[in-house]
Amino acid sequence: MHPLTADRRRFGLYLLAWGFAGAALAWLLVTTFIDGLPAIDGKLFTNPPSTLPEEAGARPAILATIYLAVLLLLMTVPIGVGTAIYLEEYANKDRWYNRLLELNIQNLAAVPAIVYGILGLAFIVRGIGLGRVLLAGGLILTLVVLPTVIIAAREAIRAVPDSIRQGGYALGATKWQVVWRQVLPASIPGIATGSILALSRAVGETAPLLLIGALQYVAFDPTILGAFTALPVQIYTWIKLPSPEFQTLAAGAIIVLLLIVLGMNAIAIFLRNRYRQTW
Amino acid sequence: MTQMETPRIDSSRLAEISLGSTRDELERREAVFAVADLDVSYGGKAALAGVSLAVYKNAVTAFIGPSGCGKSTFIRCFNRMNDLIVTAKVQGTVLYHGSDLYARDVDPVEVRRRIGMVFQKPNPFPKSIYDNVAFGPRVLGVKRELDERVERCLRQAALWDEVKDRLKESALGLSGGQQQRLCIARALATEPDVILMDEPASALDPIATARIEDLMHDLKREYTIIVVTHNMQQAARVADMTAFFSVEVHEDGKGRHGILVEYDATTKIFTQPADKRTEDYVTGRFG
Repeated sequence: MHPLTADRRRFGLYLLAWGFAGAALAWLLVTTFIDGLPAIDGKLFTNPPSTLPEEAGARPAILATIYLAVLLLLMTVPIGVGTAIYLEEYANKDRWYNRLLELNIQNLAAVPAIVYGILGLAFIVRGIGLGRVLLAGGLILTLVVLPTVIIAAREAIRAVPDSIRQGGYALGATKWQVVWRQVLPASIPGIATGSILALSRAVGETAPLLLIGALQYVAFDPTILGAFTALPVQIYTWIKLPSPEFQTLAAGAIIVLLLIVLGMNAIAIFLRNRYRQTW
Repeated sequence: MTQMETPRIDSSRLAEISLGSTRDELERREAVFAVADLDVSYGGKAALAGVSLAVYKNAVTAFIGPSGCGKSTFIRCFNRMNDLIVTAKVQGTVLYHGSDLYARDVDPVEVRRRIGMVFQKPNPFPKSIYDNVAFGPRVLGVKRELDERVERCLRQAALWDEVKDRLKESALGLSGGQQQRLCIARALATEPDVILMDEPASALDPIATARIEDLMHDLKREYTIIVVTHNMQQAARVADMTAFFSVEVHEDGKGRHGILVEYDATTKIFTQPADKRTEDYVTGRFG
């Protein structure tokens, strides 16, 4: 058989695979939009949930999801970047505890989110007695995404060529000055992109929040130390209800969640393209 | 690697370009570095053994020799860059203006502020041209008259006229030769005493190389320069003193390490070398 035809056949196969995935995604998006668009109106953003579908909105859930995203950002980025700097710049790989730490982080990234939910319920909600509050949800989601953020930040730090570090040292910079003034600024685009993608995944997490008892009806705006719901939990609650009006509301909330996640991804892509570094 | 192209050194031409410095003249100058019985090993494997030599003030000293002879390892001993490699071990003495560079109370960071370095491949920071030069002074905490210092260093590195209108633009947009001169300007900005250059022109085209060599001529009035080079004509053109390093295979035939074969005035090394190995190398019979 002529190599070109073999190539073409393979290309056709890939195209088919891509088309299948693309079509499934498109179908999902289109049906969701058709179902949900009627629910996208002012009251979805201003009203709390209600037993009356015509009154019900998702304001507390939307707000809580935004709060969660901000909390996550504040907690995962400093801890994640700090860990990555330690592992890449300071840790001696010959030491067993550093290798153990590294192995653990790799493994933790693969642990299902629900397991973190159980851990959070035992240690955060009950253990330290924080209760079923927004902050507890934020802490648990931090655990979920932290390994991913660490891995992304390490990749970004590793991508900074060693010649930059050598150049810094040769000018009499201390280790910390080299890390803080050269390595970190040069790796910020990669760190930001990786972190945002990890956060956008966390924002859609439902299981751990359900497990620690995010409430299904919250009629007031969330506070950090108060009871809370979140968009995925709200969607889950509405979908379970028999009345078709609530199905429409759920589809509307899905659209909102989708837009938040797509928005975060768009920021990540923008940052990556804007500050991409070629060495 | 590049030794294949090494041509014979024409001694009549050497006479023209000779710098006129004899060893006696140089030795009357102050020795900036005095190295005695220096051994360097990486992870227990010897890289360089038994090196002793003196580096004189306001002169260009070149280290030449085949690949693997330890000349780059050696130059990195002068600003303690080998300290950054965990497995590296340096034994012997390196005196800098008479005081031990490897003494317990000497901070390598302090050493590197006085002894600048330029690397083989230009390595500008991914920042503006201005910020590249200002990095060293800023690390030292200098805030006053930074603009003047940046301008002075760029002028000294013969780069000012080419970049004065785009100081805020990224240094990565400069050509390779310009980047290397920027790295020289950056090294000058910490106001060092010595500048180490590890094959500074090996990644550059002939025109850019010539500019770097001219620069070395100009800079030695104020600084002491040590240059590692693969290129023998370059050593002949720029250096006052030349040290020839070679590789010695261990008796068991397994390991190999670098040794200093001969160290003398450049003219002497290239015209009347005392050692057969030096002669073979500079005439292109070996390498």
